[in-house]
Amino acid sequence: MADRPKLYLLLAVVAALIASHVLSGGAEPQIPALNPYYYDVLIGIGINIILAVGLNLVNGYTGQFSLGHAGFMAAGAYASSWLTLSYGYAMGTSGLATTTAFLLALLAGGAVAALAGLIVGVPSLRLKGDYLAIVTLGFNEIIKGVIQNCDRLGAQRGLGGMVQHTTFFWTFAFAAITVYVVVNLVNSTYGRGFLAVRDDEIAAEAMGINTTKYKVLAFVLGAFFAGIAGGLYAHFKQFIHPEGFNFMKSVDVVVMVILGGMGSTAGVCFAAVLLTILPEVLRYVSRIEALPEWLRHVAENRMIIYSLLLIILMITRPQGLFGAVNLKKKKA
Amino acid sequence: MGDKLLELLQQVVNGLSQGSIYALIALGYTMVFGVLRFINFAHGDVYMLGAFVGFYLGPKTLKLFGDGPSYPGAAAVLLLSMALCAIIGIVIEKICYRPLRERPKLTVLITAIGVSLFLENGGQFVFGADPKSFPDVITDRALEIPASWGKISGLTITISQVLVFGVTLVLMFVLSHIVRKTKLGMAMRALSFNPVAAQLMGINVDVVISFTFGLGSALAGAAGILTSIQQPSIDPLMGINAGLKAFVAAVLGGIGNLQGAVLGGLLIGVLEAIVVGYVDPTYRDPIVFGVLILILLVKPTGLLGASEREKV
Amino acid sequence: MHKFTFVPVVLVSAISLAGSALGADEIKVGEFAALTGGSASFGQSSHRGTEMAFDEINAAGGVLGKKFKLITEDDQSAAGQPATIVRKLISQDKVVTVLGEVRSSATIEAAPICQENKIPLITPAATNPKVTEVGDYISRVCFIDPFQGTVMAKFALSKGWKKVAVLTDVKQDYSVGLAEFFVKAFTAGGGQVVKEQKYSTGDKDFKAQLTSIKVTKPDAIFIPGYYGEVALVARQARLLGIKVPLLGGDGWVGDSLLKVAGNALDGCFFSNHFSEEDQSPLVQGFVKKYEAKYHEKPDAMAALGYDSAGILADAIKRAGTTDGDKLKGAIAATKGFQGVTGSITLDPQRNASKSAVIMAIVNGGFKFEQNVAP
Repeated sequence: MADRPKLYLLLAVVAALIASHVLSGGAEPQIPALNPYYYDVLIGIGINIILAVGLNLVNGYTGQFSLGHAGFMAAGAYASSWLTLSYGYAMGTSGLATTTAFLLALLAGGAVAALAGLIVGVPSLRLKGDYLAIVTLGFNEIIKGVIQNCDRLGAQRGLGGMVQHTTFFWTFAFAAITVYVVVNLVNSTYGRGFLAVRDDEIAAEAMGINTTKYKVLAFVLGAFFAGIAGGLYAHFKQFIHPEGFNFMKSVDVVVMVILGGMGSTAGVCFAAVLLTILPEVLRYVSRIEALPEWLRHVAENRMIIYSLLLIILMITRPQGLFGAVNLKKKKA
Repeated sequence: MGDKLLELLQQVVNGLSQGSIYALIALGYTMVFGVLRFINFAHGDVYMLGAFVGFYLGPKTLKLFGDGPSYPGAAAVLLLSMALCAIIGIVIEKICYRPLRERPKLTVLITAIGVSLFLENGGQFVFGADPKSFPDVITDRALEIPASWGKISGLTITISQVLVFGVTLVLMFVLSHIVRKTKLGMAMRALSFNPVAAQLMGINVDVVISFTFGLGSALAGAAGILTSIQQPSIDPLMGINAGLKAFVAAVLGGIGNLQGAVLGGLLIGVLEAIVVGYVDPTYRDPIVFGVLILILLVKPTGLLGASEREKV
Repeated sequence: MHKFTFVPVVLVSAISLAGSALGADEIKVGEFAALTGGSASFGQSSHRGTEMAFDEINAAGGVLGKKFKLITEDDQSAAGQPATIVRKLISQDKVVTVLGEVRSSATIEAAPICQENKIPLITPAATNPKVTEVGDYISRVCFIDPFQGTVMAKFALSKGWKKVAVLTDVKQDYSVGLAEFFVKAFTAGGGQVVKEQKYSTGDKDFKAQLTSIKVTKPDAIFIPGYYGEVALVARQARLLGIKVPLLGGDGWVGDSLLKVAGNALDGCFFSNHFSEEDQSPLVQGFVKKYEAKYHEKPDAMAALGYDSAGILADAIKRAGTTDGDKLKGAIAATKGFQGVTGSITLDPQRNASKSAVIMAIVNGGFKFEQNVAP
């Protein structure tokens, strides 16, 4: 029984390998044979899954409302990019060497993001709900501010020139790993700890649960995965800019977690897929000549739809699509 | 007095006038939080709507008081904006927050974010993204400081700066009076201590909450007009930054405390001026957020807030 | 096969064969722009200029017997979107050229994709030199920062202003670039930069920065930012008692600049692509048509968007084809194209070489001051 999850992970990774081979027409996994636009959206889905599942650990399972996830993504994106730009060929120029360098940079980016998660998580220990949200938002701005002032990282000009190391395989392999880690963690005693913190922190402390440990762990892990996602993103788009990691980006990920249902990894994955495809669908809708002008205009305004979605969702179905938690019950 | 001292004084004056805006918006935040224990993320956007009310209805209102800018006209625009924003605030509360009253705070917070985004993007959609030029409701100029007062006559204080500062203080006193001396104010305070008990005592919670929202939103609307007098370029996204800073101010001063909100606002205003003038403008926002984090770590109840013990 | 169906079938096959050979009846051009979000006011302007240009060209019969179809996508001022959108335009919509964007960061993100797919990209307003360095399929119709910054530096020196303060918008690559080259040229010419201050796009209050500038007693202040903030800076400067002239770049051009600034900008100067006063029928026609259609005066972005479309159409005409390889050559060979932003010639780096116009602001209106050749 205990080996089943490992089996599933293995199967998932093998499936990703096969799929990427098929999609690339048997050529190097780097070169997509799929329509480049669809490929772009597909990679986007994988990256968003990593972001959303990571955030779900913090927001959904541990109940710590973080509005600064994009900051961790930025940390990972910039750290890994700087590394590959500076040392990408340090181990040689062969395919194997550069790919290894990329992976190491990616993990380093995740580590930097995890460190940022620690720095954000520790002071946030004493804060709850609204305050925590604003503080994480503040940290997001601070991280962005640091990057904007760092000339070596391109500051306001942005950082570009990364080699497109990110492939379908790497993206979904990491997505599978992220899901695996989170699901296993949640179904273990750690998971009980996270949920205890979410449901009633004072009671948890009273029961002897080290709430600090769980809160910090959630932040650090969530940040680590966001950093990986950031690295993958940077090595796909090949150009990053501080404004791409602002509050709006954090909100994007938060909407995925809320829509999917906080505390449901499957739901969050589904929501990530849905919300990555949504802007593209809306683009298509806004072009359909048969629809009335005003409807097409609204479709063009993704943010108006998102914000209405948030409001309506919170009023009618706050547990999201798959949320297990009963958020409708009255607080005593 | 030396040049350096004059420069510092000027920066302080600048800071106080900008801080007054933060103070006005912070008053609204702090009131709503005090009574409802939740941060109305959309508050900054009501400030933006106040400015737009002035933009669209200002010229016609001014005409009622004669040709061109005038003080009575300006006062009319101010009151009009306050009234309309009060209504907007009450409507938002009724539609978006009231259904969620029994729910966990997180749900309401997310809804507030949704409302804020909706107002901002909807604003861009309806008003257009371009900045608009706010009509002149008063003729602004620098006050003449008699040269006989010495070096200090080099200081520039504009009428609008004095106006903003003055109106903020007046509104703070009016608000204080309402909260301490009127029945509704007493009901607000009762609600903030213990909502259940207040209800049991026969207080109509719905009415009091609506009133609180209306009051807070009116202040935001006033801030919108006063700001536009000094900085006559308005756009649908102008509420984001001001709203965030005002929130920090409210927390700094002690959330739930009216005088604290004003103190916090003025302090943040002066802090920003000093950082921009003497350090580096790019650090302005990170430093303000740094202050927020510091305060929440060291004394979460703020400068003037009373220490709270969390009841189990 | 039935006799009567034979002919229609042959006809239809012939037409569709011919159609696929010629690439159908229309020329598809892709545009990615910031139509919503933080840069919406500039993105919308540029889009309107481009749209109006194609409408006019189509009304006049199009090019090579075909009409243009403009496919515009909104990148929401968000990073990551330009890459996705441009991939879509190229692989899904099969456009022959991509136009966009006003932001250098968005353009740098999209350019490698166009270069890789051998689709020409023309940017109307991205000024970072790095943009065209991506490859030979990438070109622009605006000046780059080194040129514009130097223009104003030389102008300041010519007016005898030896001490200048610089106020830069650090959120805008354009502003930072312009300031950098202004400082270089100004100090090289013997001038002294007495203070460098900064602000961010969206800021409304500049009294703190202006106060710190005031004490250094400059002869002029260089503000290479956008009209939204510049107008407020001017007002506040005057209120603070700062009477010296302000200098700027084409970012100053915007409908609300003078409305918000009032008389605060009198006696100030800025460099631009065109002068509204330019009596040439081309410029006057453009300004009038734009105002009639969109109910506001065109800004620099609109004019550049307009010219980017014009240059594309002209290049297609010269190349005789929309084939990427030949088209890019024709675009790069643009010489003396009469646009509303001046007579445009593309230099070997595919950046626009054209005269700048220095405008003065007098009595709340623009007035032509002088021409500066490249």
